[in-house]
Amino acid sequence: MAESREIQVRDAGALASIPVSPDALPVPGEESAELRGDRMILNMGPSHPATHGVLRIVLELEGEQIIKASPEVGYLHRGDEKIAENMTYTQFVPYTDRLDYLAPLANNVAYALAVEKAMGIDKDLPERTRYIRVICAELGRIQSHLLGLGSYAMDVGAMTVFLHTFTEREKIYNLCESLTGARFTTSYTRIGGLARDLPPGWTDALSRFCEEVQINFDETETLLSRNRIFMDRTQGVGVISREAAIDYGLSGPNCRGSGIEHDLRKSNPYLVYDQLDFDVPVGSTGDCYDRYILRIEEMRQSVRIIRQCLDRLPGGPINVPDGKIALPPKEHVLTRMEELIHHFINVTQGVNVPAGETYFGHENPKGELGFYINSRGGGTPYRLKIRSPSFTNLSILPHLLPGHMVSDVVAILGSLDFVMGECDR
Amino acid sequence: MAGTARELAERLKSRFNTALSEPVEYRGEITLVVPDPQRIAEVCSAAKNDCGFDFLVDITGIDNYGEDPRFTIVYHLYGYSHCQALRLKTSVSEEHPELPTVTGVWRAADWHEREAYDMMGIRFMGHPDLRRILMWEGYPDFPLRKDFPVSGRPSNVPEVGFTRTAPLEGGPFVTVAGGKDTIAREPRARKPDTEGPEPKDRPEHKDNSSTSQSATGGAEPIEKKQ
Repeated sequence: MAESREIQVRDAGALASIPVSPDALPVPGEESAELRGDRMILNMGPSHPATHGVLRIVLELEGEQIIKASPEVGYLHRGDEKIAENMTYTQFVPYTDRLDYLAPLANNVAYALAVEKAMGIDKDLPERTRYIRVICAELGRIQSHLLGLGSYAMDVGAMTVFLHTFTEREKIYNLCESLTGARFTTSYTRIGGLARDLPPGWTDALSRFCEEVQINFDETETLLSRNRIFMDRTQGVGVISREAAIDYGLSGPNCRGSGIEHDLRKSNPYLVYDQLDFDVPVGSTGDCYDRYILRIEEMRQSVRIIRQCLDRLPGGPINVPDGKIALPPKEHVLTRMEELIHHFINVTQGVNVPAGETYFGHENPKGELGFYINSRGGGTPYRLKIRSPSFTNLSILPHLLPGHMVSDVVAILGSLDFVMGECDR
Repeated sequence: MAGTARELAERLKSRFNTALSEPVEYRGEITLVVPDPQRIAEVCSAAKNDCGFDFLVDITGIDNYGEDPRFTIVYHLYGYSHCQALRLKTSVSEEHPELPTVTGVWRAADWHEREAYDMMGIRFMGHPDLRRILMWEGYPDFPLRKDFPVSGRPSNVPEVGFTRTAPLEGGPFVTVAGGKDTIAREPRARKPDTEGPEPKDRPEHKDNSSTSQSATGGAEPIEKKQ
């Protein structure tokens, strides 16, 4: 049996009932060691609404001030990298939905591009697929930032914004549903193409959405950008210096918020980003407010990109014309011998990725989502490493949190905008 | 500090000479192999300070099961000033999976190295806090090694909150603190042979037989009621 230990708890009521003479009260600034007390260990999470998932932070406090913070991650570890080693490249696409589950379309695109780079077919992608993939990646960005913004505003006390942004997210879900058949787990990309072409009328629905979401951005900005409470909670809080951002390997909006002009869409363009006209917003102070403003601006730029893509969207096939990479058309599979063989090999053995190693980094909403593929030939990766932005973005917490108040933790976590499904993989 | 990735790699190569392999290009990416893993921190430091690779993108461990050396550690570097990427690779043996840490070069390496240790069992010497990061403290295996099955291995969940086992003997509803009063309230806690468990008796009933005995006994009072 367990040994019971007596815990000495101070009886607060009894202490309060003792009459205290005014002389006994300590002079401010000369508190005795007892009154200052020991440092308190506060366990935040793993299921705390502000941690947006299952992040646990052990905070060491002196009064309200944080002395030390040690984040604990891994509660959502599902062994995605191990799983990937035991299935074909195409079979892993649904697992990418569950990385950053707030922007599944963007993950699909990132993964497909990574495998295509390893196969050396990234230059052969049909033009239409490139444009559709850009639209998908940018929709994912808007989707992720809308949630990040809504829940962030709610964390610091502005409930209305949450409802505003979720209205727009709902429209994106509807678009996802008509595009992929699923609202949440899209699994839209395939190696060398896409699962299906755009449904009829989808582009019109998307341009309507682009109109509506612009109004929503303006409304959100009216609610927050000059909101005294919001500004007080976020300005000058959680300042990440340029040096710290580089040293800790931050990426995405968190890195740009600290004034680093780095966007993989600009610096190492993929798909058709080099032909599109868009700006990369950069913060100046690196505080929570900067990261908020930056995300709003990124969404506006995403809408701009989507509009350009819709204007230029070419026709044509959506898959590479090689039956050994993308599945051949169904009517051919049912009537022709060679296509049937290709279909069979493609499904049972997977696409053949030649031996070698490649890394592809994709500018995901949360930062640089990278896939390192080490292939020894055949249809399964020998090693697939997911470089997740949330993981590295969270590693700055022990450096960032000390010195802040407990209530600032909520503001800082919200502004970092991480998602644990991606962090823990 | 501009230049293509190949030029930067050549510059690094000329500085270290035989301590680095010839740069290999594949799919537009440059890879340099560091034959001696003990020099990796030195090479990384030079890559950062002399060649402008200020952003450590990732550290990956690879298990070349059945080969020697067994583990490969891959470093992905990137430079903000020149927008070029570089990959450094080094290998360590199964007997001594140890190499110096690069946390002194980039602080981002902290969590990446912890992950490589957690998943592969590669130890980074000089790391300030080399603990498991994704698996829990006390987990016995390294799950991303190739000899670890996908279905996993049975492992005991470590005793996190308690130093001794919780007092659950006699069934799930037994409480220790209540004494006689609790038993009166909670008839399922009563043992079949005694009226109520004396606190002194409890250590004897720690083994499995008595647990099952009292578990079966726990049902009796309910049957009597019926």
